[in-house]
Amino acid sequence: MLLNEFLLLGAALFCIGVYGVIARKNGVMVLMSIELILNSVNINLLAFSLRNGGDVGGHVFALYVIAVGAAEVAVGLAIVLLIYRNRRSIALDEMSEMKG
Amino acid sequence: MWFLEHSWLIPVVPAVGFFLIILFGKKMPMKGSEVGIASMLTSLVVAGGTAYEWIQRVDDGAGGESTSARFFGALGRAVVPRAEGTAEAKPFVEPFIKTWNWWQSGGTKFTIGMHIDGLSVTLLVVVAFISTLVQIYSLEYLRGDRRYTHFFAALTLFSAGMLTMVLAEGLVQFLLGWEIMGLCSFMLIGHWWEDGYNSRSALKAFFTVRTGDVGLLIGIAILYFQSGTFSIQGISEWALSGEPSHLVLLMASIALLVAIIGKSGQFPLHTWLPDAMAGPTPVSSLLHSSTMVVAGIFLGARLYPVFWEGFSIHNGGANPMAIIGGITIVIAALLAFVQVDIKKVLAYSTVSQLGYMLMGLGVGAWTPAVFHIFTHAFFKACLFLGAGSVAHSGSHHSFDMKKDMGGLRKKMPITFATFIISTAALAGVPFLAGFFSKDEIIASAGHNGYKTFMYIGLAGAFMTTAYMTRCVYLTFFGEARGAAAGVHHEEHDVHADAGHGDAHGPHESPLLITVPLILLSIGAIFAGYLNAAPFHWEKFTEWVEPGAGKFFPELVAPEKFTWVGALPSIVLVALGFVAALFVCRALYAEKRAPFYGLTQRSMPLRVGYTFLWNKYYLDHLYEKVIVAGLIGPVAKAAYWVHMNILDGFVDLVGKFFAAFGKWTYKYVDQGVIDASVNGAGRGASGAGGGLSFIQNGKIQQYAAILFGAAALGALALVIFVQA
Repeated sequence: MLLNEFLLLGAALFCIGVYGVIARKNGVMVLMSIELILNSVNINLLAFSLRNGGDVGGHVFALYVIAVGAAEVAVGLAIVLLIYRNRRSIALDEMSEMKG
Repeated sequence: MWFLEHSWLIPVVPAVGFFLIILFGKKMPMKGSEVGIASMLTSLVVAGGTAYEWIQRVDDGAGGESTSARFFGALGRAVVPRAEGTAEAKPFVEPFIKTWNWWQSGGTKFTIGMHIDGLSVTLLVVVAFISTLVQIYSLEYLRGDRRYTHFFAALTLFSAGMLTMVLAEGLVQFLLGWEIMGLCSFMLIGHWWEDGYNSRSALKAFFTVRTGDVGLLIGIAILYFQSGTFSIQGISEWALSGEPSHLVLLMASIALLVAIIGKSGQFPLHTWLPDAMAGPTPVSSLLHSSTMVVAGIFLGARLYPVFWEGFSIHNGGANPMAIIGGITIVIAALLAFVQVDIKKVLAYSTVSQLGYMLMGLGVGAWTPAVFHIFTHAFFKACLFLGAGSVAHSGSHHSFDMKKDMGGLRKKMPITFATFIISTAALAGVPFLAGFFSKDEIIASAGHNGYKTFMYIGLAGAFMTTAYMTRCVYLTFFGEARGAAAGVHHEEHDVHADAGHGDAHGPHESPLLITVPLILLSIGAIFAGYLNAAPFHWEKFTEWVEPGAGKFFPELVAPEKFTWVGALPSIVLVALGFVAALFVCRALYAEKRAPFYGLTQRSMPLRVGYTFLWNKYYLDHLYEKVIVAGLIGPVAKAAYWVHMNILDGFVDLVGKFFAAFGKWTYKYVDQGVIDASVNGAGRGASGAGGGLSFIQNGKIQQYAAILFGAAALGALALVIFVQA
């Protein structure tokens, strides 16, 4: 079974996603990186479901993750849009209103 | 057999082409358009080869028993014998089916594959051919456009989607192709989205079609849960086996009919199609006239056994399919009379012709309906591209027939000639393509016991000729007006930066535009001879009609063609032409003309004109009444519940806790807790001061800390759990 390869692919995607979240300045890019992370999780879920003989549980979970991810992106993009309207920029490093 | 075996290449090549264009298109010498055209040409060649081998297979007789036939035979379902006796019943030609496992989930297998029979071969060839020509045409039409690469990418993806759907073996794959087309349609209508009208049109098209798509999903779900298979052939056999109850099939048919209505622009969801003309003209030509909108009709033709049984088409009498088609023919043709935008005339004409196809399916004229898809594609694509050619070189990007056209026949002879040929083919002038297909539908309607629909069809033929005559008259005859006379509007269109500033005054379009026009008009002349009843050339029937069997219902054999039988429609076409010419001359020729401004002067005519001009107020109904009506009351009801029920309860709880809180404050809080909190506060303040440098508001640093902590946690887990 190709379990290891799937897990490695998932890990690679996860790392790319984490890199994107931490290093990209563009808000939209960060959202896309979060999608990558979610999808790397999906790959893991599906890989393990495949190992357990096509267990439907893994598929269902992956579908949930996709649905939640879609909702998250909808909210995220709305936030980015509002930030853009207010500040004419979506560079995340310029935003530090939360500084304590 | 090479082509039949490899016909999966037909959709795959454009799909790969799409990715190449999107990823590398901007760096290519021709901005990605060369990939689009090359992939469509490859598809066309493979589709041509497939068609050739399919024809050979038909001529050889029904080929070997395929695995699926053996599979279904093994299930041992009895085939209910249908009325037998027609001597010329042709044998069933086994379609070429091949499937691969796509994915499986919980024991259910989803397959992807190809189902090649006469119907899919017809559509494959038509789609590949028209896509190729339209892409060549777009080279010139969109030259210098700011999203040139994206345009070709979307066009190629669209073709891939349509070909996937046509080739589909199962309904899941069918749905995939169907949705890809919907998406591409949205992208292409809104290609010039800087203009608010264009992006609104794109959204309108998308949502209207989605409304119908719900029907497709429901239909597929019903069919799957009742028949246990997604396979089109399996469902066809199941529907004809007499095993499912009529109610189930009726429900499935109605659901699928809703999908057809949405996608193919049938009444009452036809309102999106004319607005879809906001896209670039090649898009209108490819998607919204000759290929994508016939997807709905294709669904009807593909799952014909379901409709055949569900709507009891063999019984005669009215059924929803024929009724919707009939209504659409008439209302769309009426709307075409009041349009001033040449593309909208053609759009309503498309709606009306799609009505013919749906009515053909509804009255049991399967083969004529499919044949009409085939011929209609040629002349309608030609008409749209001709309109584009006029706008491109004749009227300075204006589609307004009354303001900016007129008198163009001398200036644009090739465009004019091809436009006239296609108009005649559309109107059903004898010996051109439309005559053979449309009259076949009308004649079959009468022959199969649907007399009313025959008269509707004849009325439609009359109106088609009349509105097309008006359109041609306004565009090419009379005096040149506005831009056609060389007057340039100061305000340029969004895409007027298309980089041909040297074009002054109307002139003939370059070869990249005229060659596709000429090829298509040749198709408009000769495509009809594949199934020319008057000459007993019925190759199309032979090659495409599956023949009765357990996978296809036994159609009523068509009536013997007689010229007397065809006479009414020929006379009506001639009448329509003469009447429209007379009215046009009287209306538009000059200011002193007898009918000039008639709609302003005569009360009943003005009322009718306004009614048509507002498109039967359907848009008002949808936007103002249904959408607003749903949103308003729901919001009000929610507000009432919120104010009176939820808030009342919350208020009550709040009052109770306020009283409780006062008591607690007095005795517990001040006395016991404050002292300890103050102590803790001093401690936390010290610690917080020390850690406050982490709270610098930089969200990405928070993320880094989060991931770092998670990584440490994972590491700890690995070390301690394994130990």
